[in-house]
This record gives sequence, structure tokens and C-alpha cells, in this order.
Amino acid sequence: DYKNLPQRAPASIVVIDSKELEKYNSDWTGQYKGASRIVCRPQSTEEVASILEYCNKEKIGVVPQAGNTGVVGGSVPVHDEIILSVERLNEIHSFDAINGILQCGAGCILQTLQEKVASWNHLMPIDLGAKGTCMIGGNIATNAGGQYYYRFGSIHANIIGLEVVLPNGTILDLMSTNRKDNTGYDLKHLFVGSEGTLGVVTKVALNCPSLPSARNVAFLACNSFESVCQTLSFAKEELGEVLAAFEFMDKQVLDQVATEKTIPLKIRNENYNFCVLVETQGSNREHDTAKLESFLEQVMDSGHVVDGILAQDTKQVYEMWEIRESCNPIIKSKGYNYKYDISLPLSAYYDIAKKMRERLLPFPDVIVANWGHVIDGNLHLNIITPGNFEVDSQIKGMIEPFLFEYVVAQNGSISAEHGLGQSKNKYLGKYAKSEAAVTIMRSLKDSFDPNGIMNPEKFLPS
Amino acid sequence: MKILVGVKRVVDYAVKVRVGANGVELKNVKMSLNPFCEIAVEAAVRLKENKAASVSEVVALSIGPKQCQETLRTAMAMGCDRAIHIHTDLRGDYMELQSDSVAKLFQKVIEEKEKDVDLVLVGKQAIDSDCGQVGPMLAGYLNWPQATFAAKIDLDGDGLMVERETDQGTETIKIAKLPAVVSCDLRLNEPRYATLPNIMKAKKKKIDQFQADEFDVDLTAKNKVLEVFEPPARKEGITVDNVNQLIDKLKNEAGLLQ
Repeated sequence: DYKNLPQRAPASIVVIDSKELEKYNSDWTGQYKGASRIVCRPQSTEEVASILEYCNKEKIGVVPQAGNTGVVGGSVPVHDEIILSVERLNEIHSFDAINGILQCGAGCILQTLQEKVASWNHLMPIDLGAKGTCMIGGNIATNAGGQYYYRFGSIHANIIGLEVVLPNGTILDLMSTNRKDNTGYDLKHLFVGSEGTLGVVTKVALNCPSLPSARNVAFLACNSFESVCQTLSFAKEELGEVLAAFEFMDKQVLDQVATEKTIPLKIRNENYNFCVLVETQGSNREHDTAKLESFLEQVMDSGHVVDGILAQDTKQVYEMWEIRESCNPIIKSKGYNYKYDISLPLSAYYDIAKKMRERLLPFPDVIVANWGHVIDGNLHLNIITPGNFEVDSQIKGMIEPFLFEYVVAQNGSISAEHGLGQSKNKYLGKYAKSEAAVTIMRSLKDSFDPNGIMNPEKFLPS
Repeated sequence: MKILVGVKRVVDYAVKVRVGANGVELKNVKMSLNPFCEIAVEAAVRLKENKAASVSEVVALSIGPKQCQETLRTAMAMGCDRAIHIHTDLRGDYMELQSDSVAKLFQKVIEEKEKDVDLVLVGKQAIDSDCGQVGPMLAGYLNWPQATFAAKIDLDGDGLMVERETDQGTETIKIAKLPAVVSCDLRLNEPRYATLPNIMKAKKKKIDQFQADEFDVDLTAKNKVLEVFEPPARKEGITVDNVNQLIDKLKNEAGLLQ
């Protein structure tokens, strides 16, 4: 009985049946919509515990929600599960500048944290396009990747401590400031990437790298994917430890971005097939500039890079990243998105895009736009029907299961960083993990959440 | 037409400066081409690309430490043909080297080194000192016509038609005949990126070097900086739980309601 909820969590704010629920029930892609009538916004870990204890007893489904920027429908209800938003757990508890360790609530917005730790001369170890809205609790629960994965490693590599509330209301305090601690099963890693199915993350202790004094960005043009790969090799060899990011975009996505933003290289030549964004970060400006110049000379001499621009000041650095970070929202605005986020070996990385275009020839209006963290082998393959916002089952049939079968045949991953949510959970056993693995996952889930209240019908196949 | 463009190396606009014992801390801080100077360089290069202007060459001039050469390379990568670097280790952010000396150095370059300059383009102000004085002072010393805060520059017979920004709106100034000094404002243009091929070419372009004290110019500061301090920190706001609390605070704490 929902009516008992507000009293169980007296200070926390509970919204019932109001128009405000609209935004909590709808996901970012617009493809998933829940029917929840209640959202709780607890202001403390104890309130979260009190809510979960009650829901566990009454067997009420709970959807933990942070920034609600996920793209696999993991953060919105499937039916009318209640939504538990961590947005008010937004305190920065401490920052140890000598050790580079941040402790904060799960509801802190990533960009706010980035700005705050920058004022203390440090960086957050992740960065993604959704930074202005996504919250660190959600990033932890989804093991978010982003553009600096190569340089700083995954969330797993940077998580030092965690506070989690278990489905039965137990507060599990795994907060720590010890980088090294080999005492027992490292439980916090279970919750990283668990997409809210094992408990609610309420606090995190995270490693923060030092702010680099030198940051350089170049935006380069290549005419073939083979050249993109060669440029990547040069980058790793010449830039070495200062290479921070290497992102690619194809002509199809850039043509769309160009309808709303000025892409400097496009003004020079409409027909570059690929653009690459390379970033270096280091502690010595002269050292990094010398390495970058050597790299740029080599890739231009080799003919693999046919044109490019080098940011001369911070404004230009932001402009170049804006082009890359606009890919997702601009593509989203153009029509229905069939979104795929896959890991592939570099040898097959762009072949799948070409194969999809072949298969979709009967649908001449369809555009196959590609971008992503090519340095991690992570491709964002987006198929859109410009002007048409309705899903077309014929088009979908041409994509799936072909695309998944292709990825499996390449020993790739059908979800590199976006996760499973309610969009891909059904494929876990079929295209991702063995029966034995899924069996163990289910038994872990049952052990943590015997009543199955946490984010039901998500992550694991239902 | 021969164009001289002033380019200043300043703290990058995105840097959050800190104040130390000797004013703004410059150590290890990112420096870049002053945004308004960048606009001036773009204006010069566009004039050069305009056949009707018959620009013979664009020369960039910078005054400061040896790292100014990086700034000059950026200007040349954008399209300046060559550059002049007047070397000094005096701080250019008003602490040591000030506008009057800078204007006089520009004057010396024009009268003694580059004798046939037709147009001087500078940014309206530098984002470190925010004086906005070099352009007008230089025009005064040279006794040349000037137009400041240019938002539009058009060729007009032997001179220029310049639209300039004022608080009341745009004012149009006709400069009947060159030579002249024009300072550039934000709306004038959007500067181009330095492309890799041009960055490579710029490495081979010429930079003439001089020492600031070899010119007969008094480099001492005319104004003494007494104190540099950060503005007081903004107090953190609070959130209230409901409208009644808001009204209570506005009434009893802020004293804004009766």
C-alpha cells in the first residue's frame, strides 16, 4: 500500500501522481516509458534504507534512478515500480588533495564534480557527453565508460570505496580510502555495473587523477578506416603516455552534425570520410607539444592524415569536443534511432557499418552513422530514419539478429558500455554470456534480492 | 596595402587565475593568443584574401618573452606572412610594461623598421590588462586616423568604412585615407582554426628579433600598481523547503519584503 511510504521516510520528498512524474518515467531516448505513480527523493542513506526495508517487506518493485541519461531503458520503470531517485544525495563529503580521493553522495552531477575537483587541481576519472545531467551513482551502477577510458581506466579501476543499501534495507558500508586492501571478496566491484539490481549506491569514494597542466587537442581527417587505424598506431607510438583520448566519427554522422554546428574541416572539404579527435594530457607543455608535433608530422607525411587542425587555445579545445559530443544528441533529434554500442576487434570495426549499409539498401532513406571510442574498440553504430520517429519493424528485422550474430562471430560484445537495461537483457544468455555464467549471476541476484524488488525485469533476462 | 597586426600573448581565457604575492600567478599557467588579437589577425588575413584590397603582406608584431614566438607562429599559421618579436621579460599584464610604452614601441617599429605600413590592426583590448589603450595611443602618437571597437571593416576608395560598437548602438566612421589604426571587437569575425598544413608552413616563416631596450623608448611603468586582490568569494546560497520559508527569509533575513 503506497500510502504508507511517506510516513516511513518522513523527511524525504515523495511525489505522488503529479505531472512531475513525467520526467522520471521517461527515458532519454524517448523509447521507454514507465507508469510509476510515486517517486521518492530521500535525503540521506538512512531514508533510502527505510524505503527499501518497507518495499522489501511489502514486495514493491523499486527502480533506482540517478541522472536518467541511460540509453537502454534501465533507469525507468517497466510497469509501476516506484522510482527511488538519488538526486538529493548530492553532498561532497571530502576531498583529499594529497591522495587524490573524492568522497561524495551518489546524486552529485558529474559536471559539478568535475568543476569542483578542478578547483582542487584534480580531474574526475571519467568524462562523457551526458556530464551535465548524469550523476556519479548512475555512472557507478552502469560502469560508465566515456572518452578517457584508455587513459584512466574503467570505474572498476578507480573505485576505492562505496556505500550501498541492500534490498532488505541493510546499509552496507564499504567506504574506504585505502587504495590497497586485500581483505576478503572485493564486494564493491559487484555493484559497479550491476545497473541497480543488487542495491542502491548512496556514497562513493573515487580516485581522481591530477589536473594536467598541458592539454592539446587535434582534429584530423582521414580518407579510409585503414588510415584511421594507422593513425591510431602512430598515436600510441609517438604520443605514448601522454595520449589521453582518440575518438573517431564517420562522414555520415558528421554530415548530420554539420547541419547544426560548424565543423572547421568540413568547410575545407566536404568529402573527408573520417575525422579523428586526438587529445594529449601531461605535466609538461613543451614535452607534450614536441611529441604532438612529431606525431602530426609523421601522420601527415605518411599520407594517412590528409588534413587537420590543432587547437590554439582552450576555446578551440572545447569547440572540438563539442563536435564529438554533439553526435549523439543531434542524431537523436533527426529521427528514430536504432542504437547499437558494440565492442569489436579493429579489423572488423568498420566492416559492420559497411555490411549494415548493404543490408539496408532496400531502404534508401536510412542512414548508418558511426562514431566512438575507437581506441577501446568501442563503436556507436546508429541507424536512423531521418524525419521519421516511428520504429519500423522491417528495418529492425534487417538489423537484428544479424548485427548481434556478427558481433558474436567476431568475439565482440553486444554492449560495450551502455549496459543491458530492458533493451538488451533478453540477449544476455543468447549473445553475451554462457549458461553457466548466467546461472551464477541469477544465484547472486537471488542471494542479494530474494524478493526480486530491485529494478525488476532489467539486466538479467526476465 | 601593407598591414601590421599586433598580437599579445596572454593568460588563456579559460584559466581560473590565482593571486599571489606579486599579483596574478603566471607560473605554469596556460597562455594563448589574446582573443581580440586573434580577431585582428583574422581581419588582416581576410583583407589579404580580398583581391580588391591589394594587400602586399601582413606582418605580426608581439612584445614579450621568448614564448611570444609560439603566439607569432599561431598568427602565421592563420595567414600572416612574417613576424616581428620584440623581446622583453617585463610582465605585460600591466604590472610592469604598460600601454604607453607598448604604443611607443609599435610607433618605433613603424617609423624605423617597417616604414610603409598602411594599416595597423589590433585587438580592442587584452584580456589580462583590459586597458584598451594601445590602439588609440598609437594613433595619437603617429597622428593617424583611428576607428576603435570595429564590428565591420569595408574598403572605401582610398580609405575604409568602419562600423564601430558604442553603448548606444553602431556608429559608422569613414576613414578618408590610409594609413590608419583600427582596433577590433568581438562581432568583427570568427577567427579560423590553424590548419596542420599551415602550421607546418608557418615553421618556415621569418621572425625578426629585437630587444625592447634597443629602441629609444622608456619602458618603465607610468602607473604604480598598489594592490591586486581577488574579489570577495560569493557566499553560498541555501535551498528552502517551501514557499513559507522563502517568504520568511526574504522578510526577516534579507529584509527585502515588508
